Amino acid sequence: MADLSINFAGIKSPNPFWLASAPPANTGEQVMRAFDAGWGGAVWKTLGDPILNVTSRFAAVDLGTYKMMGLNNIELITDRPLDVNLKEMYEVKKRYPKHALIASLMTETKEDWRVLIKRCEDVGVDGLELNFGCPHGMCERGMGSSVGQEPKLITEITSWAKEFAKTPVLIKLTPNTGDITEAGLAAVAGGADGLSLINTIKSIIGIDLNKMVPFPAVAGASTNGGYCGPAVKPIALYMTAALAREQGIRNTPISGIGGISNWKDAAEFIALGATSVQVCTAVMHYGYRIVGDMIEGLSEYLDAQGMKSVEELRGRAVGAYREWGDLDLGHKLVARIDDKSCIGCQLCVTACHDGAHQCIFTGREEKQRPPHAHAHGNATPPTPFRVGAIAGERLPWVDEPECVGCNLCQLVCPVPGCITMQEVPGGKHETWNDRTREGRTKLPGGIHDV
Amino acid sequence: MKLQAGRSEESLPDKEAYTAAEAVAEAERCLYCTDAPCIQACPTSIDIPTFIKKIASGNIRGSARTILEQNLLGYSCSRVCPVEVLCVGSCVYTGWGREPIQIGKLQRHATETVGALTSLYTPKPKNGKRVACIGAGPASLAFAGYLALEGTEAIIFEKRSVPGGLNTTGVAPYKLKADDSLREVQWILDLGVEVRTNTEVHPASLVNEYDAVFIGVGLGDDSKLGVPGEEGPGVVGAVDWIEQMKLGTAKAGKRVLVVGGGNTAIDVARECALLGAEDVALVYRRTKKDMSGYAHELLAAREEGVRLVESSVVTGFVRDAAGKLVAARVKTGEAEREVPCDLVVIAIGQAKLRAVAEQLGVALDKRGCVVVDDNCRTNQPKVFAGGDCINGGKEVVNAVADGRNAARHLLKEWA
Repeated sequence: MADLSINFAGIKSPNPFWLASAPPANTGEQVMRAFDAGWGGAVWKTLGDPILNVTSRFAAVDLGTYKMMGLNNIELITDRPLDVNLKEMYEVKKRYPKHALIASLMTETKEDWRVLIKRCEDVGVDGLELNFGCPHGMCERGMGSSVGQEPKLITEITSWAKEFAKTPVLIKLTPNTGDITEAGLAAVAGGADGLSLINTIKSIIGIDLNKMVPFPAVAGASTNGGYCGPAVKPIALYMTAALAREQGIRNTPISGIGGISNWKDAAEFIALGATSVQVCTAVMHYGYRIVGDMIEGLSEYLDAQGMKSVEELRGRAVGAYREWGDLDLGHKLVARIDDKSCIGCQLCVTACHDGAHQCIFTGREEKQRPPHAHAHGNATPPTPFRVGAIAGERLPWVDEPECVGCNLCQLVCPVPGCITMQEVPGGKHETWNDRTREGRTKLPGGIHDV
Repeated sequence: MKLQAGRSEESLPDKEAYTAAEAVAEAERCLYCTDAPCIQACPTSIDIPTFIKKIASGNIRGSARTILEQNLLGYSCSRVCPVEVLCVGSCVYTGWGREPIQIGKLQRHATETVGALTSLYTPKPKNGKRVACIGAGPASLAFAGYLALEGTEAIIFEKRSVPGGLNTTGVAPYKLKADDSLREVQWILDLGVEVRTNTEVHPASLVNEYDAVFIGVGLGDDSKLGVPGEEGPGVVGAVDWIEQMKLGTAKAGKRVLVVGGGNTAIDVARECALLGAEDVALVYRRTKKDMSGYAHELLAAREEGVRLVESSVVTGFVRDAAGKLVAARVKTGEAEREVPCDLVVIAIGQAKLRAVAEQLGVALDKRGCVVVDDNCRTNQPKVFAGGDCINGGKEVVNAVADGRNAARHLLKEWA
């Protein structure tokens, strides 16, 4: 069985699965139950001077019958007295010495940071995570994402923390910024031992169309909140990868956060360079118990891939994340529709005609041709005409010379494996950057071609 | 349109309706096929995926509009249509081995939630045209309703005491009860359609008085076996028995024989079983595979305890000195035996109602059905016909399609 343990900038954890700093890591009782369930670490709900919260605090978007595709919150950092939190953290660390316990921190002045860091390290935490990410409430007071959006502030406060801290310092970054690498480099410049990302995305999740108030409503009004959950995963993956391949950040471990709900999501973050992953929404949805499948699933996957540790997986996909200009223009795919499993819903036909490149047709009629930018002539049905095992005459066919291999048909097809993208061999390898180097970037039909 | 209390059908179970959340969940499963097979399978060509997606989006009124623009009796059809062999049966999920979308239940949800047609539609100002319908069944109601929406004065003459045709008097109660049928009839009357019940008309006089006449008389009396002992208590026609059960009270008997192999026969047998008969046998002259009744209906009846006796005919009845039914003579192959029973329901079809057509000079085919063209027009230019009287007995949805097509055609001619 693969070794799931990790060493994150000196913070040891039995597995890469940590609770993110959020409601599931609010109290000692919760964190201990989470550790019992199998979580390898927890980043405590952000500590600072206690705050006041509003009611209500959460709202979600559902996708069809799937609940909480995206979650939005306007809750602030911990509302509990610091000494209560610290006492519980001490207790947790004493009872669970092998688990990773990290204090998330947010405060203002250098002196505040000094005292807060000292008090946390005194109870035995394994590391610190500076919250430069919250995009609601705290940022209005000059904390959270208002720090994360200013590279100079990131560097400055990080260097304060490094001056005071004995344990590793992680910087939690906000995605609400133009270029995530700028923020990451600023943290590294301040001496950060690790980076955590993403914090939530500034958002308004929806509007009550009867009351004309955004969700979540607080006495007839609302505010922008922080968006998280499965919906944000692609954004988080991109930002993780962007940091992982950045020259000046490469050696700084990353804790990936954003929409991670299962082992597969976690494996993706790790493949794009994350050392640990943090989870919040999925736990808020289903509870701590989900970690069982995460541990087992990741372990099975690593075994099946012949990898002996999580470390072996880390960063494996980073190299394949490139600039658009380095992609192969000579690579060609066409869609193939399986006549045995196609059920004849013809969603691919509509998707191709309305949303893609008009190359999937139905029926025996010859020479069907909607207008098309790449027209090679008339599309003719295959001979002999193919009839589907289930779909019968409703089986669509692909005019392969016209197919641009965009994948849309495959994406809308409800039958797994029915539409496959087949490689057409013989294309000459060439990238846009190759053409740029050779001065061949001008194509016919340009702005000045009359 | 009040019905008496304590009707036999009231004791029979209903199909459960969806809750709003269940409807949305089911609607979300719909793939939204292109050129969907379910639309092609629907005799009224309702744009099914579109009405379903409107349920999913919360646009319930729009959903009902999509249904009703093609089928003004979308509510009753949602409950009485044999969806298993129409829309649901053609769902692509079926071919894939998955549970098909429950289109009938979704259609019921949309139409029942929205209710009165006047909440969606305001009939246009009068266009000066007047039409008369004979018979207040689904075909006439669709014809009159669609024309009324466009400002045509429509009047329906009905010889029975209640409108709605077989939707009110003949549909199996587990699908649709009489009061639910009358509720939908009222929605159509609210569009400005007039119905005169207990009224026999002189068809010929209508042709001069109105711009068009629609024949929607359905079928006639139950056919008889024509065997000894048939006349007398205990032997009844299926349509008569069902009407009593739906509008009044009908006795299910203790030992019941139902003769026939169609859906009416299966309905009666199932209802007798549900009403407490100790033994119900469906006696059919040929074998199960030859039955015109739907397999899913037969299965449901058998689940209620109905027995199927194949390849058997009733050759006569045995009565005691007082004339009370004692047994039926049932012949299977060469063997004949007396089967004790106290109720026999004959469900072997209905006679054709020729009189109205003949009085209007309308041509009939050799089965006795009114001959019409694609627009449901008869050989008499002002006379249209639809429903069972042109097809010999099909579904409610076919009747609605006929009435709608005739109305659309007239509106086009008048435009």
